[in-house]
Amino acid sequence: MAELSQKERMKIKRHDMPNQDQFVRRGNYDEVALGYSLETAREEAERCIQCKEPKCVQGCPVGVLIPQFIKALREGDMIKAVEWMKVKNNLPAICGRVCPQETQCEGNCILRKKGEPVAIGRLERFVGDYELAHRTCPLEKAPLTGKKVAVVGSGPAGITCAVDLGREGHKVTLFESLHGPGGVLVYGIPEFRLPKSVVFGEINYAVECLGIEIKVDHVIGRTFTLDELLNEYDAVFLGTGAGLPSFMRIPGINLNGVMSANEFLTRVNLMKGYLFPEYDTPVKVGKKVAVIGAGNVAMDSVRCSLRLQALQAQKSGENSGEVHMVYRRSRAEVPAREEEFHHAEEEGVIFDFLTNPLEILGDEKGNVRGMRCIRMQLGEPDKSGRRSPIPIEGSEFEMEVDTVIMALGTSPNPLVFVDAEGLERTKYGTAVADNETGRTKKPRVWAGGDVVTGAATVISAMGAGKRAATDISRFLKGEAPW
Amino acid sequence: MYRILKKEVLSDVTKLMEVQAPHVARKARAGQFIIVRIDEQGERIPLTIADYNREAGAITIIFQEVGKSTMQLGKMEPGDELSSFAGPLGHPTDIENYGTIVCVGGGVGIAPIYPIARSLKEAGNTVISIIGARNKSLLFWEEKMRAVSDELIVCTDDGSHGRKSLVTEPLKELLEDKDRKVARVWAIGPAIMMKFVSLATKPYDVPTTVSLNTIMIDGTGMCGGCRVLLDSGAQFVCVDGPEFDAHKVDWGSLLSRLQFYRDEERKAVEQWEHKCKLEGAIAEGGK
Ligand SMILES: Cc1cc2nc3c(=O)[nH]c(=O)nc-3n(C[C@H](O)[C@H](O)[C@H](O)COP(=O)(O)OP(=O)(O)OC[C@H]3O[C@@H](n4cnc5c(N)ncnc54)[C@H](O)[C@@H]3O)c2cc1C
Ligand SMILES: Cc1cc2nc3c(=O)[nH]c(=O)nc-3n(C[C@H](O)[C@H](O)[C@H](O)COP(=O)(O)OP(=O)(O)OC[C@H]3O[C@@H](n4cnc5c(N)ncnc54)[C@H](O)[C@@H]3O)c2cc1C
Ligand code: SF4
Ligand code: SF4
Ligand code: FES
Repeated sequence: MAELSQKERMKIKRHDMPNQDQFVRRGNYDEVALGYSLETAREEAERCIQCKEPKCVQGCPVGVLIPQFIKALREGDMIKAVEWMKVKNNLPAICGRVCPQETQCEGNCILRKKGEPVAIGRLERFVGDYELAHRTCPLEKAPLTGKKVAVVGSGPAGITCAVDLGREGHKVTLFESLHGPGGVLVYGIPEFRLPKSVVFGEINYAVECLGIEIKVDHVIGRTFTLDELLNEYDAVFLGTGAGLPSFMRIPGINLNGVMSANEFLTRVNLMKGYLFPEYDTPVKVGKKVAVIGAGNVAMDSVRCSLRLQALQAQKSGENSGEVHMVYRRSRAEVPAREEEFHHAEEEGVIFDFLTNPLEILGDEKGNVRGMRCIRMQLGEPDKSGRRSPIPIEGSEFEMEVDTVIMALGTSPNPLVFVDAEGLERTKYGTAVADNETGRTKKPRVWAGGDVVTGAATVISAMGAGKRAATDISRFLKGEAPW
Repeated sequence: MYRILKKEVLSDVTKLMEVQAPHVARKARAGQFIIVRIDEQGERIPLTIADYNREAGAITIIFQEVGKSTMQLGKMEPGDELSSFAGPLGHPTDIENYGTIVCVGGGVGIAPIYPIARSLKEAGNTVISIIGARNKSLLFWEEKMRAVSDELIVCTDDGSHGRKSLVTEPLKELLEDKDRKVARVWAIGPAIMMKFVSLATKPYDVPTTVSLNTIMIDGTGMCGGCRVLLDSGAQFVCVDGPEFDAHKVDWGSLLSRLQFYRDEERKAVEQWEHKCKLEGAIAEGGK
């Protein structure tokens, strides 16, 4: 393509992502967003005006070299595009799919003001998928240093940290309590949003090229304590995430049919419950599901519920039912990724905004039969700048539901802190660690990702893993003593 | 993968296995459990650590075939391998010298009560054990239990062995007996048995510990599926337990939650039995 002028570039319209049909996809778990073709990707890349001071990069938590990779992509130099990408981001096929781009890179893109931002996330995914298919970028490994590092938790923070340490020539062992690696990427985020083959592709590649050893079924705090790891390893990185679910403190939470989003999503995704009885773990939803919350976790829960209902209906021949999302604030405050909200809406989720449950009601058998709720209105902005919801007196009403899924946020799982004297925690249960280096208050222990920040994002966990790896390596080489 | 080292058939539906799992054996203690997954399609099921051998790196489990996963496990043989084996999970039992203790084991609960009785005995307690089952063929480890108890009472529901009664009857008599001064009771068995043990000891104000067997998935505090209502609020059995003060447990909610997947479990068994029959028929045909 001939060089375009800035004006011409800005006239090109943002390219839509081809999606699986909204009616068909309700009945399967296949990926919804199908990805750009090479032509579309290159055309979309033409839209970037290559800002001298790119605002997009400031919006990205790890500062991906966006103009550089986009330029290589539009010139058709995929090898270069991958190289630029991997300077800052080890997992583009994942981040391109799950980053909240509208509040990060794309939210800052200069073109956003004048219309629509460059589809940075979709281009990133394209580059990541290309790399997964062609492996243009060998993971090179420095000579062995003889140092041993234990990485606890195999989510994005742990994987990134392990890979970067492995490249530096350290011997890395990755400990995971579940039976497979991946963290939230595997047990939480559903197949239709992030195919597991993408996650396993990245992990296997790293293991094969770098000789990282993965020990699953190892629950740190029980199988080994942190102090026991410190006896064997020169350094320990904690990337144990924030997996402890919270329940509302309202009556009825122990009724049958009430579950945490973590339980529901683990049954569906990690255990493949949607394939029951070919897979042994059962999962079921009723005809009237209410998911409480409106973050990414809630969005995944409503969309998995819709699919389960459709699969159940295919078998029984009955109608499939309803899925409600119950949120105490309004549409404008929905914290989930924009794309997920949009997809959920297309798939037929019913949104009950400004609504808060007061009690879950049960029948004589202990099963959920309804929820008593109250309507809310938004008051003055609070300290965080968000308008806080206030109950409207006298507006209580009953909602008929048979399944309630609580997606109310999570906090760090305390097991890893068992017998780990000196590892300081905040009152929210998160580990205290330096933002730049990841150093905790306990010598030779680093931490990063959700275990430090509380539930956050894949890319911020990855960034923390990367920063910690840099500091650990410097520590092991004696450049930065504790 | 975790190799099955040994298998013993304790009754038609109760089997013992020793599994190679050095990472669990090095730290295992009485009262703790493991999570096992048979194969790639398998569910994660919790089983108590019935015994351990640190030198050999082996864990003993005893299970009753009640559904698809335990039936499938029961068909496996030494040399076969299990996909996952995680642990040791949960808090170990608080072993101290309390005085006179009654240990109640019902059905497959005899297995997990055994190491507890043994440890309590070693700690200097006077241990009176009561074991019970529906009938004689479901009883096991009578001699092992006798060896670690000062006194052993055996019951069956149908009177086919030992005393014809539920375990709660002799328990009440012991509690009535002023000379015995029962300091504590441990009870492990079906939820309904533990509920009635709890009701039996409550009027006497004897502290009673039960090991709860709620439905679990991860076993590490991540899903909340195992939660139980105590009078102080909800707790997670896998990380806060599995042992709890029986008098604080909301038994109604516990029993009802155990039923939640009953239809699905039945379907899984039907499908599994059908598959076994088919495979049996093919094997027959091939002969
Ligand atoms: C349903 C859902 C949807 C989400 N959607 C998005 C999204 O669209 N975009 C986005 O950016 N973010 C999303 N997030 C958030 C994002 O997934 C997390 O912020 C991110 O995964 C955190 O990474 P991590 O490495 O810190 O921890 P995790 O991914 O939580 O991984 C921690 C790992 O440590 C293991 N572990 C815990 N304790 C121990 C122990 N004691 N011993 C051994 N192993 C242990 C856990 O089993 C787990 O595998 C979502 C989260 C959820 C739950
Ligand atoms: C901490 C803990 C320790 C346990 N230790 C042992 C043990 O040492 N030996 C043993 O035989 N069993 C033990 N159990 C129970 C065991 O986990 C279940 O029997 C097993 O999960 C059933 O799986 P299944 O697929 O064979 O049956 P399913 O088809 O899942 O269930 C069949 C029947 O068993 C009931 N059931 C399902 N899950 C459980 C459960 N977790 N506990 C009790 N009943 C259940 C169901 O209500 C149903 O009626 C323990 C449970 C816990 C939580
Ligand atoms: S990592 Fe995420 S925020 Fe950064 S450029 Fe890529 S998609 Fe945007
Ligand atoms: S801000 Fe937008 S237009 Fe500018 S370099 Fe970044 S992506 Fe390109
Ligand atoms: S089994 Fe998931 S929290 Fe206990």
